[in-house]
Order: sequence, then C-alpha cells, then structure tokens
Amino acid sequence: MTTDYKLPELGENIVKATIVGVLVGVGDEVTMGQGVLEVETDKAVIEVPSELAGTVSAVHVREGQEIEIGQLLLTIEESGTTAQPVAAPAKPAAEPVAKADDAPTPPPASESKPAAAPEPVQPAPPPASESTPVSEGELVAAAPSVRRFARELGVDVNDVKGTGPYGRVTMDDVKTHVRVGASSAAPRSTAQPAAESAGEMTKWGPVEREKMSNVRRATARTMGQAWSTIPMVTQFDRADITDLEQMRKQYGPRAEAAGGKLTPTAIILKVIGAALKRFPKFNASIDLEREEIIYKHYVHVGVAVDTDRGLLVPVIRDVDKKNVITLSAELNAIAQKARDRKLSLDEMQGAGFSISNLGGIGGTNFTPLVSGSEVAILGVARGSTEPVWMDGQFQPRLMMPLSLTYDHRLIDGADGARFLRWVCEALEKPFVLMLEG
Amino acid sequence: MTDSTITTQVVVLGGGPGGYPAAFKAADLGLDVTLVDMEKNPGGVCLYRGCIPSKALLHVAKVLNEAKEASELGINFGEPTIDLNQLRNFKDKVVTQLTGGVGLLSRQRKVRFVQGRGEFVDNRTLAVTQGDGSTLQITFEYAIVATGSRPTVIPAFDLGSERIMDSTSALTLPDIPETMLVVGGGYIGLELGTVYAALGSKVTVVEMLPRLLSTGDEDLVQVLARQLETRFEKIMVNTQVLGMEEVAEGIRVRFRSPQGDPFEQVFDRILISVGRKPNSAGLGLETLGVAVDNKGFIPVDAQRRTNVSNIFAVGDVAGEPMLAHKATREGHVAAEAIAGHPTAFDPQAIPAVVFTDPEVAWCGLTEMGAEAQKRPVRVARFPWGASGRATTLGRSDGMTKLVIDSVNERVLGVGIVGTNAGELISEGVLAVEMGATVADLELTIHPHPTLSETVMESAESVYGQSTHVYKRK
Ligand SMILES: Cc1cc2nc3c(=O)[nH]c(=O)nc-3n(C[C@H](O)[C@H](O)[C@H](O)COP(=O)(O)OP(=O)(O)OC[C@H]3O[C@@H](n4cnc5c(N)ncnc54)[C@H](O)[C@@H]3O)c2cc1C
Repeated sequence: MTTDYKLPELGENIVKATIVGVLVGVGDEVTMGQGVLEVETDKAVIEVPSELAGTVSAVHVREGQEIEIGQLLLTIEESGTTAQPVAAPAKPAAEPVAKADDAPTPPPASESKPAAAPEPVQPAPPPASESTPVSEGELVAAAPSVRRFARELGVDVNDVKGTGPYGRVTMDDVKTHVRVGASSAAPRSTAQPAAESAGEMTKWGPVEREKMSNVRRATARTMGQAWSTIPMVTQFDRADITDLEQMRKQYGPRAEAAGGKLTPTAIILKVIGAALKRFPKFNASIDLEREEIIYKHYVHVGVAVDTDRGLLVPVIRDVDKKNVITLSAELNAIAQKARDRKLSLDEMQGAGFSISNLGGIGGTNFTPLVSGSEVAILGVARGSTEPVWMDGQFQPRLMMPLSLTYDHRLIDGADGARFLRWVCEALEKPFVLMLEG
Repeated sequence: MTDSTITTQVVVLGGGPGGYPAAFKAADLGLDVTLVDMEKNPGGVCLYRGCIPSKALLHVAKVLNEAKEASELGINFGEPTIDLNQLRNFKDKVVTQLTGGVGLLSRQRKVRFVQGRGEFVDNRTLAVTQGDGSTLQITFEYAIVATGSRPTVIPAFDLGSERIMDSTSALTLPDIPETMLVVGGGYIGLELGTVYAALGSKVTVVEMLPRLLSTGDEDLVQVLARQLETRFEKIMVNTQVLGMEEVAEGIRVRFRSPQGDPFEQVFDRILISVGRKPNSAGLGLETLGVAVDNKGFIPVDAQRRTNVSNIFAVGDVAGEPMLAHKATREGHVAAEAIAGHPTAFDPQAIPAVVFTDPEVAWCGLTEMGAEAQKRPVRVARFPWGASGRATTLGRSDGMTKLVIDSVNERVLGVGIVGTNAGELISEGVLAVEMGATVADLELTIHPHPTLSETVMESAESVYGQSTHVYKRK
C-alpha cells in the first residue's frame, strides 16, 4: 500500500522551510523516525523524520526548494502495517498540484557554470579579487569614496538606503546597512571577504575547500548576527565547589538509579533555574521596536551540546520546577538525542537563558556569546584545586571559573555582578537555594 | 640571438596611459611587475603620437590665433614667420621629456621595462621579440593587455601616397600644405585641422553625418562650428567621399553632395581621421581563449578581467570611450584587483574634451542621451555673453549647461563650450560623481571673475533667475 508523506508541523510559527538535503532516494528503505529531509527554517536546520516505514517509491521535492507545511514530500510503499481499508485512492485527486514552476526547474544557477571559452592551457592562478559585472546605468547617488567603502565591506551600494539630500548615500548609511543587514535575512555581503582572501592563501601553500554542514551554516549565521547586533559584556567569577563536589559524589548513585548522571551541569542548571526566578531580567527579551522589555513567566534553559555535527542547544523546560535528579535524567536523554540527530526543532526553541559548559574539556575561562532573543548566557570552565586564603591560612579548594555574558542594552554591570555572585554563592552553599531560591 | 626567460608576477603588455599606470600601481601594491612596449620608453599613443603632441601643437595654434585677434585690441604683431624645424623640435622635446620622465618613474618603482613586441604563447607565458631579433620568454601569473588602438584605415583611400596622412603622420608636420582635406569630423580631425589652419593651411572638413562631433550635444557643438567656419575654408556635412586619386597637383577627391550630386576637388594633403581600431589581433589572444567582440574590443568585467581569469584588459583595447583618462583608471582597477583589493570600474562620468578653439567638454548624461532614454530632465543653460570673465577675454562664444534629474535635482551631466572648457569640466565630473544636486553647485561660492562662475550661475537659473541673466517671467 502506498502512502503520501507530507511535511509535518515543524514547530511553532513555522510555515515554510527550505530543503537543504534530501536524505533518501527512490528504492530506499525508511524506518519510522528516520531522517528523510534536512530543512532549514529561519531558526535552524533540522531533520525531518519519517512517520512511516517502508520503501520510497517517489521523491517529490529537491534540494533548494522551498516547501510548506502539508506539502507532498515522498510516496512510501508501506511495509509491516496492517492495510487500512480506505486510505490511498481518495487522496491524490484532492492533492494540491505542485506549483507548475516547482517541478522542472534546473538546479540552482550557482552549480552550473556556462561553458567557458576554450580551456586555458595551464590552470589559471586563483582569481585575484572577486569578479563583479559591469554596473549598468546609473548608481544611486553616492560619492566615489562611499562607493569604495561599500565595496570594501562587500555591500552593493545600490542596496543601501540613503539618508542624504534626495537619498544620497553617506558613509554612515553604509555602516548602518551593514549593521541592520546582518540582523535581517541573508546579507549577501558578509560572506565575501573570506572568499577573497582564500585566493590569496594559495600563495602560501596548498588549501582545501569543504562545504559547510547545515549546522555550521546555521551557527555561522546566528553567531554572526549575535556578534554584530548585541552589545555584550562578559564578567568572570569563581565558585568554590569543594563541598558541592563531595556531595555530588555522595549522591551520584541516587541520580543514576533515576536514569541520570549527577553532573555539574545538572546542578548548575538547578541553580540557574532559581537565579532566573530571583533575577527575572536575565530571563527577559528586548523588543526594541516597541521599546519594551518582555519578562517570561517560565524558566526554560538551553544547554549547549557538542556533537559531531557541531554545536546544538537543546532546551530543558521549567527548570525551576524540577529537582536535580529529574534535571540530570532529562539532560542525559536530550543530550543523547542531540548526538543521535533526533532533536526536533521544538526541542531547540524557547530558551530564555543558556548554559555552555566546557569544563569537561578544559580551559581557564571563556566568553560565550548571547544569541537569539536571549539576553544572557553562563559559561562554565574547568575547576581546579587552588590555594585559597581562608580562616587565616591558604587552603586547597576546588574552584570553578564561571563567566556571564549579557546584553548590555538591558543589563547593567552591577546587575551582572550580583547575578553571577549569587550563582557562585548558591553553588558554594547550596542552603542558599532553600533560603532564597 | 640567445633566447632567455624571466619570471614575473604581473606582465603588462602595452605602455600607454592604460598600461603604465597599471604597472606602477601594481608595483606600488607590492607586486613584481614587467612592462612591455615596442617603444623605447612607456607613454603609448597618448604621449608619442596622440594627446601630448597634439596638445603641444594646439598650444602653438592658440598663440598664433591670439596674436592675430590682438589686432582687435589695437595690437598688431604683423604676419608671423614660422620655423617648422623649431616647431617640430619644441613638440619632440615635449614628447621626449614626458616619455623619458615616465621611463624614469618606472625604474624608480623597479618595474622591469622590456622593449619589444609581445605575443602570448599560453596563459602563463608571453614571448617578446626584441630589437635584435632575440626572443624573451616572460612567465607570469597575471597579464594586463593594454595594447591600445590605431587609426582606422579605409582601404579605398589607402593609395600609398605621402600626401594622405593619418593622425600619426599629421603630427610629424611634414610641411604646411596650401590646402588640406580632413576626412571625418570627430575630435581628432577637428583638433589637427585647427593646428594646420592656424599654421596657414586652407582646411576643408568633410563629414558624412549631419553634423560635427556627433556624440556631443548639438547646442554645444554649434558654438564651436560657428567659430570653425571662420577658421576653416569649408565644412561639408552630409557629404560623402566617394574616392581619391593621386594627380600631379595633389590628391583629387570625389564627393557626393547632400543633394546626391558628385563633385571633385584637388587638395595638397588629406588627413584621414575616421576613428580608431583596437589592437587586439596578433597578440595570441585566440590561443589563450580570450574573447574579442566583433569590433575587436576585449570584453571585461567590472574589475577589467577578461573571460580568462588571470588575464585583464584596459584602455582602448577594452572598449569605448577610447580616452587616456579612462584607460588610466582602468589600469589602476586591474592592478588593484590583481592585488586582491575589492575594486571596480564604476565611473558615473567620464569627461570628454575636444581641444579645439573654443574647447568643447562634457561629462555624464548628455541632453541627447536623456532624450534617447526618454528620461525626464531639466536643462539649465548659461550663455557666456553674461560672463564678465569671458568678456574680458574677448571670448563670449561659450555656454555652460547642466542636465538635471527633474525629480530629485541631482546633477546628471554637465556640458561646456568655450575657451578653457576642458579645465572647467572637472567640477562637473566631481558634481556627478558625488551625486551633487543643483543646489550644491548654486551654493558653492565660485571665485570672481572666472569662467567657473558660469557653472554656479547656470545652477542659479534653475531656481528662477541667475544674477547675470534676466529671464522675463
Ligand atoms: C591624435 C590623437 C589625439 C588624442 N588626444 C587625446 C586627448 O586629448 N585626450 C585623451 O584622453 N585621449 C586622446 N587620445 C586618445 C588616447 O591617445 C588613447 O585613448 C590612449 O592612448 C589609450 O591608451 P592605451 O593605454 O589604451 O593604449 P595606447 O596609448 O594606444 O598604448 C598602447 C601601447 O601598446 C603598444 N603595443 C601594442 N601592441 C603591442 C605588442 N604586441 N607588444 C608590445 N607593445 C604593444 C603600443 O606600441 C603602444 O605604445 C588621442 C589620440 C590621438 C590619436
């Protein structure tokens, strides 16, 4: 029995996605939950799992195509399911016919280069600087210096909105364009400089090019956006976790019995849950357009997970309402899911704050980046035993370096220091949690 | 005749105003550069047999004309005597001094200069045949083709007679002919015609099209044409040259009049100035796979790169307008592109100057161009009769005009006819490049009394009245 498989709901507010990879072909066996497409939404790149099992008998989409929820993706010859009496025949007729221009379009232009003139005898050296077509007609009013400045930033001056008399483009307009362009969709500019210098690099030795993975692309975009749009400050502090470490070892087996592992991350997560309730600004978002601050009445925290495909940030919900054992079990499960590429888009959305723990790898400290609609992120580096002046003498204490990066538009330095100090104290004296958390 | 090989990062073929600035810029940007030209020094057509010698001779023409016109001021110099040898020496000295100077600049920049004729072997090798017949192989990473152009030859007029000249031979000033026919009413023909007329030749100009300087706006050209009519024997437009033959007294030319009637006339000398052709043949471009269009130009992108990625082309060989200053900017762009800089050839205005008397100059959008594009523009004109400075010079034969976007008042083009128009046009080029509005020109204080005030006053007239012209409302 053949069944049509259509694009399921991908998550809140998502109606469209672009296919970045078709993972199956005609004749392939698919199992329930197996990824069949990789799609990119404006939020992330995700895998679309099959909700059917069987053999693919037709693929109706291709890479690069934009698809909508409910659009026909695959026809699958189902196996092992009990035949449902009246399924197939009725449907196809009612199916919206794919848009005429969807079907036979040639592959994206970038891949097929028009046949060039006879091949030169020897390979040419890399193109020195990027080729641009001869500009036709008249440019927007902009001084030659401004045009050069735009070119250096990889901006087409004709795309810049001029604020000068009668729309003349100024240096500042170009700068503004770059700033705003980086936060709005697809700035064609930002990719250029690197592409140019790549040509230069071959002067120094052999190089190799590799296509970016989808996760890398999404990361590159969100990080670029974050860096260029959010004025960030990072503060550092250290928590004395000597006592906490002892307790963690002591109670570890209990958590394991519940299916979790009592990791420092789980404990920090609990502390952050409490801290966000106490300092709601750190769980807020900024709406610059309406000049408002959005406070959230929920506490969802993203936890960065290092996978072989790159960085993923699954979200643990209602952190404030869960105990450490539950949190550690959830963390375990979701991290595994991330590594198995089974995370849904929903599971990566909705965080109000994030934690990035690199302590397992090392480092004395680092400055994580705030991204998305969040306003703060906690970085955790590796703890080490250090001499600490206590009670009139140096004592060996296990100190954990913490960093807090925050959006300085919303959070002032003193707020940041208070928040981070509170987190450190809660880790040092967990009783604080009972008192204040 | 030993063959040798050198290796360079950038080879520039052709040392004209496209090639040598490209080589200098590339060297300034830290690249190892070799410049190849057939002449002893860089300079190209422009310095050896184009812009520079023609302007030297036009200066002489100006001196002669002004001396003659001085009689109106009550000063009489009498008939001048002309020592042709000394005149040639002056012109040659100018050329030697400037080309020698460019040669020195090239050595100072450590640009390797190779004299000889270059031809590409493949896209990494240029073979240069030197004066002694030996071949030098130059291995390069990037090449810039800047081989320029040469006068167009019409086979039917190519009689092999000394009396028939092109711009190159006319600049050598073989003699001062009694009568001379200039075939082609473009800028080169009019400039050289002006020189010979000032020296005393009776100059006739024949043009197939309805008017002289057909790429310039008619109102500007008209002011020049009125002057030329007093200096030249005759200007024949809409007239075709059917053929020529050498006879004892000179060259007999057969014409067809605007009405279609044939007629004949004999001239001592003929100057053929019917345009220029790019030098793209015989360079080995075919073996490289470099495309050449049907007019012989090499198509290039905004970085002046040809369809073969390590070969660039600039100057006359890379397309119209065939002007030295356009070649120079292109040369800079190509060198910057090779050095990996983000750069593009994106001029909003390339000035064109005709160094006749009066001069004609324009840049950006012409009124004619606006009409062709059906683009709504406003045109402001300021007649030099109202310019104090023009009057003190006794040269009220001039006009300054602005072509303005009728919606946003941006200055799109400027045209000037009058003495010194070539110097005055630069303000217009700057205005167009900066996206200046008419108000910018109007509100910029111009020095008094100068011809440049005509730019400001034409801008004033857009807003109603200019100070020195009263338009009845
Ligand atoms: C009479 C006259 C007056 C002019 N007046 C003006 C003016 O007032 N203003 C203006 O802007 N323009 C003027 N021009 C035009 C101007 O000269 C050209 O636009 C300009 O010279 C073009 O520069 P280029 O570098 O492209 O080539 P060119 O100046 O033509 O130089 C090309 C060089 O390449 C060399 N070459 C060619 N082939 C080879 C080869 N295979 N191997 C080695 N060397 C080679 C040639 O010998 C030459 O030296 C005038 C031209 C003429 C003829």
